[in-house]
Amino acid sequence: MAEFRLPANSRINPGKTFPAAEGAGRIRRFVVYRYDPDSGENPRTDVYEVDLDRCGAMVLDALIKIKNEVDPSLTFRRSCREGICGSCAMNIDGTNTLACIKAIDDIKGDVKIYPLPHLPVVKDLVPDLTNFYAQYASIKPWLQSRTPAPPDRERLQSRDDQHKINDPATCILCACCSTSCPSYWWNGDRYLGPAALLAAYRWIVDSRDEATGDRLDDLEDPFRLYRCHTIMNCTRTCPKNLNPAQAIAETKKLLIERRH
Amino acid sequence: MAADNRPLSPHLQIYRPQITSVLSILHRITGVILSLGIVILVGWLAAAAAGDPAYEMTIGLLNSLPGRLLLFGWTLAFFYHFLNGIRHLEWDTGRGFGIPQVVRSGWTVVILAAFLTLLLWGRLLMGGGA
Repeated sequence: MAEFRLPANSRINPGKTFPAAEGAGRIRRFVVYRYDPDSGENPRTDVYEVDLDRCGAMVLDALIKIKNEVDPSLTFRRSCREGICGSCAMNIDGTNTLACIKAIDDIKGDVKIYPLPHLPVVKDLVPDLTNFYAQYASIKPWLQSRTPAPPDRERLQSRDDQHKINDPATCILCACCSTSCPSYWWNGDRYLGPAALLAAYRWIVDSRDEATGDRLDDLEDPFRLYRCHTIMNCTRTCPKNLNPAQAIAETKKLLIERRH
Repeated sequence: MAADNRPLSPHLQIYRPQITSVLSILHRITGVILSLGIVILVGWLAAAAAGDPAYEMTIGLLNSLPGRLLLFGWTLAFFYHFLNGIRHLEWDTGRGFGIPQVVRSGWTVVILAAFLTLLLWGRLLMGGGA
């Protein structure tokens, strides 16, 4: 059952405010979710005033600046800082995106930063993605083929067939889409969510894969696939401009078509 | 620190309402309203079967201001649910999934539902009803 309120241990208290240094130019307030597992206290939101004249353009630049100069205990994941690794996925200004490619100037007012929604929080902006990765593994994201590969070259495919998997294969598994989906919030234990279903679709339509029937069998389930109600928060929030909602719709179509 | 004592990150509390999710939950809410409206419809039919006095009392109730407001809301729910249902049918064919298209079709449904509701009630009230 959908639980709309946060559990008692998850309610957010007001936190500390860290004012900008004397003589700062353009000041922007960053309101950041904090949770310290060792304190035994509820999560809180700390406010950091950042001088934008001495900060890079992206939200991740501000987070790194805060960690370096104000509060080294601030914890978040980041790696590539150019939108290809998916580590710095978080909820910024009310929607999920990658901190490294979200420009501060695109946000009006205070910059509010929370971890990806409806996940267990390990610390600050670091959520536990164990279930998300297990769901990805469950769709068997590798090529399954019974015919042996040609001895002298790769398994080739036509340009059109390659085109079908181009977009879904671009997914970086940042989890922005799945954690934007209300259906995934309420049924994340049984519904695979847009990211895993986009990955499943990528293998279903791969011309070289020969387990298409098994893959469709696995998805034909009231929860794993059919908890998608075409809400489409996933496609709206994808930082890579992919379309998981469409991939899910195409999968549903394939399931209908194979009955006839 | 026990992993099972981890707090749940905020969701509904912090996610900015999206036209995608707001129209989706409206579809469900209007569906529930329509189901409740069926009860009124059955009551009306039952009253018609029960004879003149019961029927006139029911019509009187429905014609009162609260009755009319209820019916107005039900009509709005009907047009929204009906039009958004067509939108869902289009999606079921695999079309209309681009975000610009989704936003456009969404607003079209909202505006058209309001327009059709006002048009119907305008005709009912001006024309003296059917």
